[in-house]
Amino acid sequence: MALPTYDEVIAKWDPVLGLEVHVELNTKSKMFCSCATEFGAAPNTQTCPVCLALPGALPVVNKKAIESTILIGLALNCKIAPYSRFARKNYFYPDMPKNFQISQYDEPICFDGYVDVEIETDEGLKQFRIEVERVHMEEDTGKSLHVGGATGRIHGADYSLLDYNRAGIPLVEIVTKIVPGTGKYAPEVAKAYVAELRDILRGLKVSDVKMEQGSLRCDANVSLKPIGSDVLGTRSETKNVNSLRSVERAIRGEMIRHAELLNEGKKVKQETRHFQEDTGLTRSGRSKEQAEDYRYFPDPDLVPVTPATIWIEELRATLPERPSLRRKRIKEEWNVPDKEMAAMINADVLDIVEATVLLGADPTKARTWWLGEISRIANDQNIAITDLAITPKDVAELVALVASGELTDKLARQVVEGVIAGEGTPSEVVAQRGIKVVNDDGALMAAIEKVCAEQAETAEKVRGGHLPAAGALIGAVMKETKGQADAARVRELLLGHLGQAN
Amino acid sequence: MIHKSAAEMAKALTNGETSSVELTQLHLDRIAAVDGDVKAFLHVDTQGALDQARSVDERRKSGEKLSPLAGIPLALKDVLAQKDVPTTAGSKILQGWLPPYDSTVVSKLKDAGIVIMGKTNMDEFAMGSSTENSGYGPTFNPWDLTRTPGGSSGGSAAAVSSFEAPLAIGSDTGGSIRQPAALTGIVGVRPTYGAVSRFGLIAYSSSLDQAGPFGRTVLDTALLHEAMAGHDPKDATSINAPVPAVVHAAKSGDVKGMKIGVIKQLQGEGYQKGVQARFDESLQVLASLGAEIVEVDCPSFEYALAAYYLIAPSECSSNLARFDAMRYGLRVGDKDGASAEAVMSATRDAGFGREVKRRIILGTYALSSGYYDAYYGSAQKIRTLIIEDYAKAFAKADVLVSPTAPTTAYKIGEKVDDPMAMYLGDVATIPVNLAGICGMSLPAGLADEDNLPVGFQIMAPAMQDQRLYQAGAALEAALLTKWGAPILSQAPALKGA
Repeated sequence: MALPTYDEVIAKWDPVLGLEVHVELNTKSKMFCSCATEFGAAPNTQTCPVCLALPGALPVVNKKAIESTILIGLALNCKIAPYSRFARKNYFYPDMPKNFQISQYDEPICFDGYVDVEIETDEGLKQFRIEVERVHMEEDTGKSLHVGGATGRIHGADYSLLDYNRAGIPLVEIVTKIVPGTGKYAPEVAKAYVAELRDILRGLKVSDVKMEQGSLRCDANVSLKPIGSDVLGTRSETKNVNSLRSVERAIRGEMIRHAELLNEGKKVKQETRHFQEDTGLTRSGRSKEQAEDYRYFPDPDLVPVTPATIWIEELRATLPERPSLRRKRIKEEWNVPDKEMAAMINADVLDIVEATVLLGADPTKARTWWLGEISRIANDQNIAITDLAITPKDVAELVALVASGELTDKLARQVVEGVIAGEGTPSEVVAQRGIKVVNDDGALMAAIEKVCAEQAETAEKVRGGHLPAAGALIGAVMKETKGQADAARVRELLLGHLGQAN
Repeated sequence: MIHKSAAEMAKALTNGETSSVELTQLHLDRIAAVDGDVKAFLHVDTQGALDQARSVDERRKSGEKLSPLAGIPLALKDVLAQKDVPTTAGSKILQGWLPPYDSTVVSKLKDAGIVIMGKTNMDEFAMGSSTENSGYGPTFNPWDLTRTPGGSSGGSAAAVSSFEAPLAIGSDTGGSIRQPAALTGIVGVRPTYGAVSRFGLIAYSSSLDQAGPFGRTVLDTALLHEAMAGHDPKDATSINAPVPAVVHAAKSGDVKGMKIGVIKQLQGEGYQKGVQARFDESLQVLASLGAEIVEVDCPSFEYALAAYYLIAPSECSSNLARFDAMRYGLRVGDKDGASAEAVMSATRDAGFGREVKRRIILGTYALSSGYYDAYYGSAQKIRTLIIEDYAKAFAKADVLVSPTAPTTAYKIGEKVDDPMAMYLGDVATIPVNLAGICGMSLPAGLADEDNLPVGFQIMAPAMQDQRLYQAGAALEAALLTKWGAPILSQAPALKGA
């Protein structure tokens, strides 16, 4: 039987979502020891007796991680628990040095919050509220690398290597309540939720929120129930969803897979599934039918977390503007058309454009540079725009140079190339490359006279009132002045010279 | 010289009558002579000890001001990590492991110039009361080599009572310092929970474990207590407060006007006749010194043993999960493409002893879903009730007292097949651990029926450790006058000595 189409799925079934997002905090040190947390260091170089679980070693909570978690909770409209504890989640796995994970169980530090997201629907922009059940702290595990075997999985591998650099990196887990009522928009709502979370977290500066590096990871729970039914279906949990686009694809894919099973009268298995980036499908992981007993109990090595009310309020006062409100404000203040706004959000340039505007640049000019020429170069080089060697300060300077007439748009593009090539600030590039607008009328007149003498026939046409012929002469003058002249001024002087000034 | 107290040795060092190298060598010689019979040590670090002693001597010569115990040798329970010195916690699963770091206690000892001679035997992972559960064979009681020295810090207690070391460090999770001190005729203190850092102390039961000092006198014990205690940012449960003035209290021992509470539940039935007799006698001595003796009621203590044997195994089932052959220690069955899980399982089967396995299984069960509330949950409630009992008792008395252990030292092998009988030996010491308070055991004489040492236990509220020493020093002085010589002078001479 062929897979049902998405339209066939939503005609019959109503999806229910549940999203668990893991965020790696960007604290300088790990959750329970002072080891560094930098991404990409040589294996096992960022470890110590504590995160390797050597006999006798003890954890001590990183206060910054608690602060970041409270900030996240506040930004997600959560209540902050005056008393919460860490618990041990006991299970054996080689990449978990203690063979238990320090997490929070029945006493999360933040609970009962929500996030509103807006998506484009058939009826226009529509808001969905995603309720957040809890935000809690835990530590990350190490990484296993399975060598040999075809799949890179533990089965069939010749041997495995363990890297404990990631073990003990602070993680925050954000768990939604079940999300019903999104209907056919379920995949988009999920994507919008994760995007909104990412923007909130970025605004809080508590995480790098790089999905491709795993600092933001989403597990998507999906189940289907017949439209109109109150009975929840069996869910699957899809892990390894490492981009916003994948969130959407994974949920859509799971909805179709569930519907196929249910349409055939089969049962959906409650299990963990792994998203395959290449195919967009999921494959079965370990079955969750036999619930594991993690034997949670309060970690006796740690003391309860009891944030003072005054501290919580101090943190609340430092919360940045909510991303949705900020987008709205920017759109209005800068008078950005819908399409352009969407383009900026899509290209992830809102922060840098705003930074450029705050340095005095005209919003439209700033936006045009970042979305246009600079985005093009970033795409060509296949790197993130923020990783280019050009800063909001450079672009603000560039805009100012063009506005004052010291550069033309065309020359400014050369300057952008120079800045990105590492030649210095715009002024430095201008100086070093000898770029300047020729606005010495004497020099221009000399060039005009020279060109008119060389192309006397064309010059006569213009003198006779045939203005379109002026284009060729202007082009020749620009060539003569190596492109450094202001074309408008050249035109003005040329027409004057040929008696056509108005 | 080796029969002197640590305080006297320290004086001899200050006066230049001896050197730390000489003192250390005398003790190393004593170990060589008698430890073949006593088996207090798992590892003797001869070179490391002499190097440390030499360094202290040089510092002293250069006129540096040294701490009170600088240059005095010490025996360290093998439960504490010492950099580059074999540390096994008495378990085969850690055979050959060399810690790359010092526990905080070891750092403090080194900073104080105390010479660490070696690591002492113990019940595996401190689980036991007789040192018979060591993966490396039992330690023998210097008073009678057919008997156990108690445990789990039996090696440390035996080392001090056999004059192999003037001082030792133990750890006390349910009585593991006080009970062996009682059974070998020396002084042992379990400080308030959180007073001594647990960083580097290989965990048995995190909420109950606490390292503490052994000595042959109350003052020696206080000097070591002061050297090892203090706040440590590396231990989240460490108390951030000044160390109680234990040395001052030990020097000014006085019980005049002190209210001493006798716990009704911790005497009488179940206590050996000679143990009860020495206890009663000590009470009379204290009364004659001006203390007011009152009786206090602690009804919840009846459940202390049961609560302990749920909480400690629960925590240990999780604490000991890290011994999995992946990063250090023993590795068994790593061949023919065995899975990580199979290697973990084979290693734990081969590396852990019976008692450790028993407690891991017990704890795993107690924490299981569906049983958690009935076992672990109930035990925590009892713990709260015991804390309340103590609070009420301390409202009536400055310190509380009881016999340390219900019996004197028993024969090796006598209780190994009867865990309940063994567990009952800790009935008087366990409540202190559950409440997180402090306790001391000091010699109260010999039981008439077997001529073996009896321990007198003193308990004080959290961070009031100085009260133990104040009362203990007064009792010690009065008993010494009564006996004419320290109790250890009555111990039979060891072969080879």
